[in-house]
Amino acid sequence: MYVAVKGGEKAIENSHAFLAEVRRGPADVPALALEQIEGQLGLAVDRVMAEASLYDRRLAALAIRQAQGDLVEAAFLLRAYRTTLPRFGASLPLDTAVMAVERRVSATYKDLPGGQVLGPTYDYTHRLLDFSLEAGGETAAAPRAEAPLDAAMPHVSSLLAGEGLMRPEAPDDGREPVDITRDPPRFPADRSARLQALARGDEGFVLAMGYSTQRGYGGAHPFAGEIRYGAVTVELVPEELGFPIELGEIMVTECEMVNQFKGSRTEKPQFTRGYGLVFGHGERKAMGMALVDRALMAAELGEEAVHPAQDHEFVLSHCDNVESSGFVQHLKLPHYVDFQSELELIRRLRAEAEERLAETRREAAE
Amino acid sequence: MAVLARAPEAALEAALAALSPAPAWQVLRGPETGMVMVRGRMGGSGRAFNLGEMTVTRCAVRLGDGRIGHAYIAGRDGRRAELAAVLEATAQGAVPPSLAQALASMRAAQEAERDDRSRRAAATRVEFYGMVRMG
Repeated sequence: MYVAVKGGEKAIENSHAFLAEVRRGPADVPALALEQIEGQLGLAVDRVMAEASLYDRRLAALAIRQAQGDLVEAAFLLRAYRTTLPRFGASLPLDTAVMAVERRVSATYKDLPGGQVLGPTYDYTHRLLDFSLEAGGETAAAPRAEAPLDAAMPHVSSLLAGEGLMRPEAPDDGREPVDITRDPPRFPADRSARLQALARGDEGFVLAMGYSTQRGYGGAHPFAGEIRYGAVTVELVPEELGFPIELGEIMVTECEMVNQFKGSRTEKPQFTRGYGLVFGHGERKAMGMALVDRALMAAELGEEAVHPAQDHEFVLSHCDNVESSGFVQHLKLPHYVDFQSELELIRRLRAEAEERLAETRREAAE
Repeated sequence: MAVLARAPEAALEAALAALSPAPAWQVLRGPETGMVMVRGRMGGSGRAFNLGEMTVTRCAVRLGDGRIGHAYIAGRDGRRAELAAVLEATAQGAVPPSLAQALASMRAAQEAERDDRSRRAAATRVEFYGMVRMG
Protein backbone atom coordinates (compact mmCIF):
# COMPACT_ATOMS: atom_id res chain seq x y z
CA MET A 1 0.00 0.00 0.00
CA TYR A 2 1.20 3.52 -0.71
CA VAL A 3 -0.51 6.57 0.68
CA ALA A 4 -0.70 10.03 -0.78
CA VAL A 5 1.80 12.22 0.98
CA LYS A 6 2.02 15.95 0.80
CA GLY A 7 5.28 17.70 0.29
CA GLY A 8 8.15 17.25 -2.08
CA GLU A 9 6.61 19.32 -4.90
CA LYS A 10 9.54 21.69 -5.03
CA ALA A 11 12.03 18.83 -4.86
CA ILE A 12 10.25 17.03 -7.71
CA GLU A 13 10.14 20.17 -9.82
CA ASN A 14 13.85 20.72 -9.32
CA SER A 15 14.56 17.07 -10.00
CA HIS A 16 12.82 17.45 -13.37
CA ALA A 17 15.02 20.45 -14.14
CA PHE A 18 18.11 18.51 -13.03
CA LEU A 19 17.07 15.61 -15.26
CA ALA A 20 16.53 17.95 -18.23
CA GLU A 21 19.98 19.46 -17.77
CA VAL A 22 21.66 16.06 -17.51
CA ARG A 23 19.71 14.81 -20.52
CA ARG A 24 20.82 17.77 -22.61
CA GLY A 25 24.47 17.21 -21.73
CA PRO A 26 27.17 19.87 -22.16
CA ALA A 27 25.60 22.98 -23.70
CA ASP A 28 28.55 23.53 -26.03
CA VAL A 29 27.80 20.24 -27.84
CA PRO A 30 24.97 20.39 -30.42
CA ALA A 31 21.70 18.75 -29.34
CA LEU A 32 20.89 15.41 -30.90
CA ALA A 33 18.31 15.69 -33.69
CA LEU A 34 15.56 13.08 -34.06
CA GLU A 35 16.70 12.54 -37.65
CA GLN A 36 20.11 11.50 -36.31
CA ILE A 37 18.60 9.00 -33.90
CA GLU A 38 16.24 7.66 -36.58
CA GLY A 39 18.97 7.45 -39.18
CA GLN A 40 22.05 6.53 -37.19
CA LEU A 41 20.75 4.66 -34.17
CA GLY A 42 18.26 2.67 -36.22
CA LEU A 43 18.59 -0.59 -34.30
CA ALA A 44 17.80 1.19 -31.03
CA VAL A 45 14.71 2.67 -32.73
CA ASP A 46 13.76 -0.82 -33.91
CA ARG A 47 14.06 -2.32 -30.45
CA VAL A 48 11.95 0.39 -28.88
CA MET A 49 9.22 -0.02 -31.52
CA ALA A 50 9.21 -3.79 -31.00
CA GLU A 51 9.02 -3.68 -27.21
CA ALA A 52 6.58 -0.77 -27.16
CA SER A 53 4.52 -2.72 -29.71
CA LEU A 54 4.02 0.47 -31.73
CA TYR A 55 5.57 1.00 -35.13
CA ASP A 56 6.49 4.67 -35.56
CA ARG A 57 10.14 5.45 -36.16
CA ARG A 58 9.96 9.12 -35.31
CA LEU A 59 8.08 8.61 -32.05
CA ALA A 60 10.56 5.91 -31.04
CA ALA A 61 13.42 8.33 -31.78
CA LEU A 62 11.74 10.97 -29.63
CA ALA A 63 11.28 8.47 -26.81
CA ILE A 64 14.96 7.48 -27.00
CA ARG A 65 16.04 11.10 -26.77
CA GLN A 66 13.63 11.80 -23.93
CA ALA A 67 14.82 8.69 -22.04
CA GLN A 68 18.51 9.51 -22.59
CA GLY A 69 18.97 6.28 -24.50
CA ASP A 70 17.36 4.07 -21.83
CA LEU A 71 15.53 1.79 -24.27
CA VAL A 72 13.27 0.15 -21.70
CA GLU A 73 12.18 3.57 -20.45
CA ALA A 74 11.69 4.65 -24.08
CA ALA A 75 9.44 1.64 -24.71
CA PHE A 76 7.47 2.61 -21.61
CA LEU A 77 7.00 6.17 -22.94
CA LEU A 78 5.75 4.83 -26.26
CA ARG A 79 3.39 2.38 -24.56
CA ALA A 80 1.92 5.25 -22.56
CA TYR A 81 1.48 7.34 -25.71
CA ARG A 82 -0.20 4.42 -27.43
CA THR A 83 -3.06 4.50 -24.92
CA THR A 84 -4.02 8.00 -26.17
CA LEU A 85 -4.73 6.83 -29.72
CA PRO A 86 -7.91 5.24 -31.09
CA ARG A 87 -7.60 1.98 -32.98
CA PHE A 88 -8.94 2.02 -36.53
CA GLY A 89 -8.91 -1.74 -36.99
CA ALA A 90 -6.65 -4.69 -37.62
CA SER A 91 -4.61 -5.22 -40.77
CA LEU A 92 -4.80 -8.20 -43.05
CA PRO A 93 -2.10 -10.68 -41.97
CA LEU A 94 1.28 -9.69 -43.42
CA ASP A 95 2.44 -11.76 -46.37
CA THR A 96 6.10 -12.26 -45.51
CA ALA A 97 6.60 -14.57 -48.52
CA VAL A 98 6.58 -11.48 -50.76
CA MET A 99 8.79 -9.37 -48.47
CA ALA A 100 11.11 -6.92 -50.23
CA VAL A 101 14.13 -8.69 -48.78
CA GLU A 102 17.19 -6.81 -47.53
CA ARG A 103 18.67 -9.89 -45.91
CA ARG A 104 17.80 -13.55 -46.10
CA VAL A 105 19.93 -16.42 -44.90
CA SER A 106 19.38 -20.10 -44.22
CA ALA A 107 21.59 -22.35 -42.11
CA THR A 108 19.91 -25.47 -43.48
CA TYR A 109 20.19 -25.10 -47.25
CA LYS A 110 23.20 -23.72 -49.06
CA ASP A 111 21.48 -23.38 -52.40
CA LEU A 112 17.95 -22.28 -52.02
CA PRO A 113 15.75 -20.42 -54.49
CA GLY A 114 16.55 -16.73 -54.22
CA GLY A 115 19.95 -17.43 -52.67
CA GLN A 116 21.68 -16.41 -49.48
CA VAL A 117 21.57 -12.63 -49.16
CA LEU A 118 23.76 -11.30 -46.37
CA GLY A 119 22.40 -7.75 -46.33
CA PRO A 120 23.56 -5.36 -43.59
CA THR A 121 24.88 -7.66 -40.86
CA TYR A 122 27.42 -7.61 -38.05
CA ASP A 123 27.81 -11.40 -38.37
CA TYR A 124 31.03 -11.29 -40.38
CA THR A 125 32.56 -8.20 -38.82
CA HIS A 126 35.58 -8.63 -36.58
CA ARG A 127 34.10 -6.93 -33.55
CA LEU A 128 37.14 -4.72 -33.32
CA LEU A 129 36.50 -1.12 -32.41
CA ASP A 130 36.69 0.93 -35.59
CA PHE A 131 38.56 4.08 -34.68
CA SER A 132 37.88 5.57 -38.08
CA LEU A 133 34.30 6.11 -36.83
CA GLU A 134 35.65 8.16 -33.93
CA ALA A 135 36.41 11.02 -36.24
CA GLY A 136 33.06 11.24 -37.97
CA GLY A 137 32.97 8.36 -40.35
CA GLU A 138 31.64 9.45 -43.71
CA THR A 139 31.04 6.30 -45.73
CA ALA A 140 31.13 5.51 -49.42
CA ALA A 141 27.89 4.23 -50.97
CA ALA A 142 27.48 0.44 -50.89
CA PRO A 143 27.83 -1.32 -54.25
CA ARG A 144 24.72 -2.21 -56.26
CA ALA A 145 24.32 -5.40 -58.24
CA GLU A 146 23.29 -5.10 -61.86
CA ALA A 147 20.03 -6.92 -61.31
CA PRO A 148 17.65 -6.86 -58.35
CA LEU A 149 16.97 -9.96 -56.25
CA ASP A 150 14.62 -12.66 -57.47
CA ALA A 151 11.02 -11.71 -56.90
CA ALA A 152 10.28 -15.19 -55.55
CA MET A 153 11.87 -16.01 -52.20
CA PRO A 154 9.99 -19.05 -50.94
CA HIS A 155 10.18 -19.78 -47.23
CA VAL A 156 12.52 -22.66 -46.37
CA SER A 157 9.68 -24.30 -44.47
CA SER A 158 7.65 -24.46 -47.67
CA LEU A 159 10.47 -26.51 -49.25
CA LEU A 160 10.31 -29.03 -46.40
CA ALA A 161 6.53 -28.93 -46.35
CA GLY A 162 6.58 -29.86 -50.05
CA GLU A 163 8.20 -33.16 -49.08
CA GLY A 164 5.83 -33.66 -46.15
CA LEU A 165 8.74 -33.39 -43.71
CA MET A 166 7.48 -30.25 -41.96
CA ARG A 167 4.55 -30.39 -39.60
CA PRO A 168 2.03 -28.12 -41.31
CA GLU A 169 0.73 -25.00 -39.59
CA ALA A 170 -2.88 -25.21 -38.48
CA PRO A 171 -4.80 -23.60 -41.36
CA ASP A 172 -6.39 -20.20 -40.87
CA ASP A 173 -9.89 -21.00 -39.64
CA GLY A 174 -10.86 -17.34 -39.50
CA ARG A 175 -10.81 -17.35 -35.72
CA GLU A 176 -10.06 -13.93 -34.21
CA PRO A 177 -6.62 -14.02 -32.59
CA VAL A 178 -6.32 -13.21 -28.90
CA ASP A 179 -5.31 -9.61 -28.21
CA ILE A 180 -3.33 -9.50 -24.97
CA THR A 181 -3.84 -5.72 -24.77
CA ARG A 182 -7.60 -6.30 -24.38
CA ASP A 183 -8.23 -9.90 -23.32
CA PRO A 184 -7.34 -11.05 -19.80
CA PRO A 185 -4.55 -13.68 -19.65
CA ARG A 186 -5.59 -17.36 -19.72
CA PHE A 187 -3.37 -20.39 -19.27
CA PRO A 188 -2.56 -22.50 -21.13
CA ALA A 189 -2.38 -19.59 -23.55
CA ASP A 190 -3.49 -19.72 -27.16
CA ARG A 191 -0.53 -19.57 -29.54
CA SER A 192 -1.76 -16.21 -30.86
CA ALA A 193 -1.42 -14.76 -27.35
CA ARG A 194 2.02 -16.35 -26.95
CA LEU A 195 3.35 -14.90 -30.18
CA GLN A 196 1.96 -11.44 -29.42
CA ALA A 197 3.52 -11.47 -25.95
CA LEU A 198 6.88 -12.67 -27.26
CA ALA A 199 6.90 -10.13 -30.12
CA ARG A 200 6.64 -7.29 -27.58
CA GLY A 201 8.62 -9.08 -24.89
CA ASP A 202 11.95 -7.90 -23.54
CA GLU A 203 14.77 -8.88 -25.87
CA GLY A 204 17.03 -9.92 -23.01
CA PHE A 205 14.36 -12.09 -21.41
CA VAL A 206 13.29 -13.73 -24.67
CA LEU A 207 16.92 -14.31 -25.63
CA ALA A 208 17.75 -15.86 -22.25
CA MET A 209 14.71 -18.13 -22.37
CA GLY A 210 15.64 -19.23 -25.90
CA TYR A 211 19.22 -19.79 -24.78
CA SER A 212 18.03 -21.95 -21.89
CA THR A 213 16.34 -24.33 -24.35
CA GLN A 214 19.67 -24.77 -26.15
CA ARG A 215 21.45 -25.51 -22.90
CA GLY A 216 19.25 -28.42 -21.96
CA TYR A 217 16.30 -26.73 -20.31
CA GLY A 218 13.86 -27.56 -23.05
CA GLY A 219 15.65 -30.00 -25.26
CA ALA A 220 15.20 -28.37 -28.63
CA HIS A 221 17.58 -29.24 -31.45
CA PRO A 222 17.14 -26.18 -33.55
CA PHE A 223 18.43 -25.11 -36.93
CA ALA A 224 17.95 -21.59 -38.21
CA GLY A 225 15.87 -22.62 -41.20
CA GLU A 226 15.62 -19.08 -42.34
CA ILE A 227 16.03 -15.51 -41.19
CA ARG A 228 14.78 -12.69 -43.36
CA TYR A 229 14.57 -8.96 -42.90
CA GLY A 230 12.88 -6.49 -45.21
CA ALA A 231 9.85 -4.41 -46.08
CA VAL A 232 6.31 -5.75 -46.07
CA THR A 233 3.18 -3.97 -47.19
CA VAL A 234 0.45 -3.43 -44.62
CA GLU A 235 -3.13 -3.65 -45.87
CA LEU A 236 -6.30 -2.64 -44.09
CA VAL A 237 -9.96 -3.08 -45.01
CA PRO A 238 -11.61 0.11 -43.72
CA GLU A 239 -15.23 -0.44 -42.73
CA GLU A 240 -16.47 2.40 -44.94
CA LEU A 241 -14.70 1.03 -48.02
CA GLY A 242 -15.04 -2.72 -47.67
CA PHE A 243 -11.96 -3.51 -49.75
CA PRO A 244 -8.27 -3.65 -48.81
CA ILE A 245 -6.05 -0.59 -49.22
CA GLU A 246 -2.30 -0.30 -48.68
CA LEU A 247 -1.24 1.88 -45.77
CA GLY A 248 2.46 1.76 -46.55
CA GLU A 249 5.34 -0.49 -45.63
CA ILE A 250 6.99 -1.56 -42.41
CA MET A 251 10.30 -3.32 -41.82
CA VAL A 252 10.16 -6.65 -40.02
CA THR A 253 12.48 -9.53 -39.12
CA GLU A 254 11.21 -13.07 -39.43
CA CYS A 255 12.82 -16.28 -38.18
CA GLU A 256 11.80 -19.84 -38.85
CA MET A 257 13.56 -22.26 -36.56
CA VAL A 258 13.46 -25.90 -37.64
CA ASN A 259 13.25 -28.40 -34.78
CA GLN A 260 13.09 -32.16 -34.48
CA PHE A 261 9.90 -33.88 -33.49
CA LYS A 262 9.96 -37.56 -32.59
CA GLY A 263 6.38 -38.00 -33.69
CA SER A 264 3.48 -39.33 -31.71
CA ARG A 265 0.91 -42.10 -31.96
CA THR A 266 -0.93 -40.13 -34.61
CA GLU A 267 1.94 -38.28 -36.31
CA LYS A 268 5.07 -39.53 -38.07
CA PRO A 269 8.49 -38.17 -37.11
CA GLN A 270 8.89 -34.80 -38.79
CA PHE A 271 10.27 -31.33 -38.31
CA THR A 272 8.39 -28.67 -36.42
CA ARG A 273 8.94 -24.95 -36.60
CA GLY A 274 9.25 -22.23 -34.04
CA TYR A 275 8.33 -18.82 -35.35
CA GLY A 276 9.65 -15.36 -34.66
CA LEU A 277 8.41 -12.08 -36.11
CA VAL A 278 9.38 -8.66 -34.79
CA PHE A 279 9.14 -5.02 -35.85
CA GLY A 280 12.31 -3.62 -37.36
CA HIS A 281 15.67 -5.34 -37.62
CA GLY A 282 16.02 -7.60 -34.59
CA GLU A 283 17.50 -10.99 -35.39
CA ARG A 284 18.58 -11.86 -31.86
CA LYS A 285 15.05 -11.19 -30.70
CA ALA A 286 13.37 -13.01 -33.60
CA MET A 287 15.58 -16.08 -33.07
CA GLY A 288 14.98 -16.10 -29.32
CA MET A 289 11.27 -15.76 -29.98
CA ALA A 290 11.28 -18.68 -32.41
CA LEU A 291 13.07 -20.90 -29.88
CA VAL A 292 10.65 -20.00 -27.12
CA ASP A 293 7.62 -20.35 -29.42
CA ARG A 294 8.69 -23.93 -30.12
CA ALA A 295 9.40 -24.65 -26.45
CA LEU A 296 5.91 -23.42 -25.52
CA MET A 297 4.39 -25.98 -27.93
CA ALA A 298 5.67 -28.86 -25.81
CA ALA A 299 2.35 -29.76 -24.25
CA GLU A 300 0.50 -29.57 -27.58
CA LEU A 301 3.03 -31.98 -29.11
CA GLY A 302 2.73 -34.42 -26.24
CA GLU A 303 6.22 -33.64 -24.94
CA GLU A 304 6.96 -33.40 -21.26
CA ALA A 305 6.84 -29.73 -20.24
CA VAL A 306 9.08 -29.31 -17.21
CA HIS A 307 11.43 -26.44 -18.03
CA PRO A 308 10.87 -22.70 -17.52
CA ALA A 309 10.82 -21.95 -21.27
CA GLN A 310 8.02 -24.50 -21.72
CA ASP A 311 5.85 -22.94 -19.01
CA HIS A 312 3.24 -20.63 -20.52
CA GLU A 313 2.48 -18.78 -17.34
CA PHE A 314 6.11 -18.30 -16.38
CA VAL A 315 7.17 -16.98 -19.80
CA LEU A 316 4.14 -14.86 -20.58
CA SER A 317 3.86 -13.31 -17.12
CA HIS A 318 7.49 -12.22 -17.03
CA CYS A 319 8.51 -11.32 -20.57
CA ASP A 320 7.13 -7.79 -20.63
CA ASN A 321 9.72 -5.25 -19.55
CA VAL A 322 7.25 -2.43 -19.01
CA GLU A 323 5.38 -4.59 -16.51
CA SER A 324 8.42 -6.09 -14.83
CA SER A 325 10.25 -2.79 -14.66
CA GLY A 326 7.16 -1.14 -13.20
CA PHE A 327 6.68 -3.76 -10.53
CA VAL A 328 10.32 -3.91 -9.49
CA GLN A 329 10.72 -0.14 -9.56
CA HIS A 330 7.53 0.61 -7.67
CA LEU A 331 9.49 -0.52 -4.62
CA LYS A 332 11.15 2.89 -4.77
CA LEU A 333 7.88 4.68 -4.06
CA PRO A 334 7.03 5.56 -0.47
CA HIS A 335 5.92 2.52 1.51
CA TYR A 336 6.07 4.39 4.81
CA VAL A 337 2.81 3.02 6.22
CA ASP A 338 3.51 -0.54 5.10
CA PHE A 339 6.93 -0.34 6.62
CA GLN A 340 5.60 1.16 9.87
CA SER A 341 3.33 -1.84 10.35
CA GLU A 342 6.23 -4.19 9.54
CA LEU A 343 8.32 -2.36 12.12
CA GLU A 344 5.64 -2.71 14.74
CA LEU A 345 5.21 -6.37 13.94
CA ILE A 346 8.91 -7.18 14.18
CA ARG A 347 9.23 -5.22 17.46
CA ARG A 348 6.29 -7.13 18.92
CA LEU A 349 7.73 -10.48 17.79
CA ARG A 350 11.09 -9.58 19.27
CA ALA A 351 9.50 -8.58 22.55
CA GLU A 352 7.59 -11.86 22.66
CA ALA A 353 10.76 -13.82 21.87
CA GLU A 354 12.60 -11.92 24.58
CA GLU A 355 9.82 -12.77 27.00
CA ARG A 356 10.00 -16.48 26.16
CA LEU A 357 13.77 -16.48 26.50
CA ALA A 358 13.57 -14.83 29.91
CA GLU A 359 10.97 -17.40 30.94
CA THR A 360 13.27 -20.26 29.90
CA ARG A 361 16.18 -18.74 31.82
CA ARG A 362 14.03 -18.37 34.94
CA GLU A 363 12.94 -21.99 34.70
CA ALA A 364 16.56 -23.15 34.24
CA ALA A 365 17.70 -21.13 37.26
CA GLU A 366 15.00 -22.69 39.45
CA MET B 1 -4.12 4.71 -53.22
CA ALA B 2 -1.05 2.47 -52.75
CA VAL B 3 1.05 5.00 -54.67
CA LEU B 4 -0.41 7.99 -52.80
CA ALA B 5 0.12 6.32 -49.41
CA ARG B 6 3.84 5.93 -50.12
CA ALA B 7 4.41 9.34 -51.72
CA PRO B 8 6.31 12.10 -49.92
CA GLU B 9 4.45 15.29 -49.06
CA ALA B 10 6.27 17.36 -51.70
CA ALA B 11 5.10 15.04 -54.50
CA LEU B 12 1.50 15.23 -53.26
CA GLU B 13 1.63 19.04 -53.00
CA ALA B 14 3.07 19.26 -56.50
CA ALA B 15 0.33 17.00 -57.89
CA LEU B 16 -2.32 19.18 -56.25
CA ALA B 17 -0.75 22.40 -57.49
CA ALA B 18 -0.71 21.04 -61.05
CA LEU B 19 -4.48 20.47 -61.06
CA SER B 20 -6.38 23.02 -63.08
CA PRO B 21 -8.86 24.18 -62.03
CA ALA B 22 -7.65 23.83 -58.45
CA PRO B 23 -10.12 21.56 -56.64
CA ALA B 24 -12.20 22.80 -53.73
CA TRP B 25 -12.92 20.29 -51.01
CA GLN B 26 -14.58 19.92 -47.70
CA VAL B 27 -13.06 17.73 -45.01
CA LEU B 28 -15.60 15.15 -43.86
CA ARG B 29 -13.39 13.53 -41.26
CA GLY B 30 -9.99 14.12 -39.79
CA PRO B 31 -7.20 14.19 -40.48
CA GLU B 32 -7.15 11.91 -37.48
CA THR B 33 -4.22 9.86 -36.16
CA GLY B 34 -4.83 6.47 -34.63
CA MET B 35 -3.45 2.97 -34.84
CA VAL B 36 -3.92 -0.19 -36.82
CA MET B 37 -3.14 -3.53 -35.22
CA VAL B 38 -0.70 -5.27 -37.56
CA ARG B 39 -1.23 -8.99 -37.87
CA GLY B 40 1.16 -11.73 -38.84
CA ARG B 41 0.64 -15.40 -39.59
CA MET B 42 1.96 -18.22 -37.41
CA GLY B 43 4.90 -19.76 -39.21
CA GLY B 44 4.31 -17.24 -42.00
CA SER B 45 1.40 -19.24 -43.36
CA GLY B 46 -0.95 -20.29 -40.56
CA ARG B 47 -3.49 -18.60 -38.32
CA ALA B 48 -3.32 -14.87 -37.69
CA PHE B 49 -1.84 -13.32 -34.55
CA ASN B 50 -1.49 -9.73 -33.38
CA LEU B 51 2.08 -8.54 -33.92
CA GLY B 52 1.75 -4.95 -32.67
CA GLU B 53 0.27 -1.62 -33.66
CA MET B 54 1.40 1.06 -36.07
CA THR B 55 0.42 4.70 -36.27
CA VAL B 56 -1.93 5.53 -39.12
CA THR B 57 -3.58 8.80 -40.15
CA ARG B 58 -6.88 8.88 -41.97
CA CYS B 59 -8.83 11.58 -43.72
CA ALA B 60 -12.04 11.76 -45.77
CA VAL B 61 -12.89 14.66 -48.06
CA ARG B 62 -15.71 15.64 -50.42
CA LEU B 63 -14.96 17.56 -53.61
CA GLY B 64 -17.26 20.30 -54.88
CA ASP B 65 -18.89 17.86 -57.32
CA GLY B 66 -19.67 15.36 -54.57
CA ARG B 67 -16.88 12.83 -55.14
CA ILE B 68 -15.59 11.46 -51.86
CA GLY B 69 -11.98 10.49 -51.22
CA HIS B 70 -10.60 8.40 -48.37
CA ALA B 71 -7.01 8.05 -47.26
CA TYR B 72 -5.36 5.85 -44.64
CA ILE B 73 -1.61 6.27 -44.53
CA ALA B 74 1.13 5.01 -42.24
CA GLY B 75 2.44 7.58 -39.78
CA ARG B 76 1.09 10.75 -38.23
CA ASP B 77 1.23 13.28 -41.06
CA GLY B 78 -2.20 14.88 -41.32
CA ARG B 79 -1.35 17.04 -44.32
CA ARG B 80 -0.21 14.02 -46.34
CA ALA B 81 -3.42 12.16 -45.45
CA GLU B 82 -5.59 15.10 -46.50
CA LEU B 83 -3.71 15.57 -49.78
CA ALA B 84 -3.91 11.85 -50.50
CA ALA B 85 -7.68 11.90 -49.89
CA VAL B 86 -8.16 14.89 -52.23
CA LEU B 87 -6.06 13.32 -54.97
CA GLU B 88 -7.79 9.97 -54.51
CA ALA B 89 -11.18 11.67 -54.98
CA THR B 90 -9.88 13.58 -58.00
CA ALA B 91 -8.64 10.36 -59.59
CA GLN B 92 -12.13 8.81 -59.51
CA GLY B 93 -13.75 8.68 -62.93
CA ALA B 94 -11.77 10.44 -65.64
CA VAL B 95 -8.27 11.03 -64.23
CA PRO B 96 -7.07 14.56 -65.14
CA PRO B 97 -3.97 14.25 -67.38
CA SER B 98 -1.74 16.22 -64.99
CA LEU B 99 -2.71 13.87 -62.15
CA ALA B 100 -2.17 10.78 -64.29
CA GLN B 101 1.28 12.10 -65.04
CA ALA B 102 1.97 12.89 -61.38
CA LEU B 103 0.83 9.43 -60.30
CA ALA B 104 3.02 7.84 -62.95
CA SER B 105 6.07 9.75 -61.78
CA MET B 106 5.36 8.91 -58.12
CA ARG B 107 5.06 5.26 -59.07
CA ALA B 108 8.28 5.42 -61.08
CA ALA B 109 10.12 7.03 -58.13
CA GLN B 110 8.87 4.36 -55.76
CA GLU B 111 9.82 1.58 -58.16
CA ALA B 112 13.27 3.09 -58.65
CA GLU B 113 13.82 3.22 -54.90
CA ARG B 114 12.66 -0.36 -54.50
CA ASP B 115 14.92 -1.46 -57.34
CA ASP B 116 17.89 0.36 -55.81
CA ARG B 117 17.33 -1.25 -52.41
CA SER B 118 16.98 -4.66 -54.01
CA ARG B 119 20.17 -4.22 -56.04
CA ARG B 120 22.05 -3.11 -52.92
CA ALA B 121 20.89 -6.32 -51.21
CA ALA B 122 21.64 -8.38 -54.33
CA ALA B 123 25.28 -7.23 -54.17
CA THR B 124 25.54 -9.20 -50.90
CA ARG B 125 24.19 -12.41 -52.39
CA VAL B 126 26.65 -15.25 -51.78
CA GLU B 127 28.19 -16.94 -54.82
CA PHE B 128 29.40 -20.33 -53.58
CA TYR B 129 32.28 -22.09 -55.25
CA GLY B 130 33.72 -25.51 -54.58
CA MET B 131 37.07 -26.01 -52.85
CA VAL B 132 39.25 -28.84 -54.10
CA ARG B 133 40.65 -30.90 -51.29
CA MET B 134 44.16 -32.09 -51.92
CA GLY B 135 45.49 -35.38 -50.61
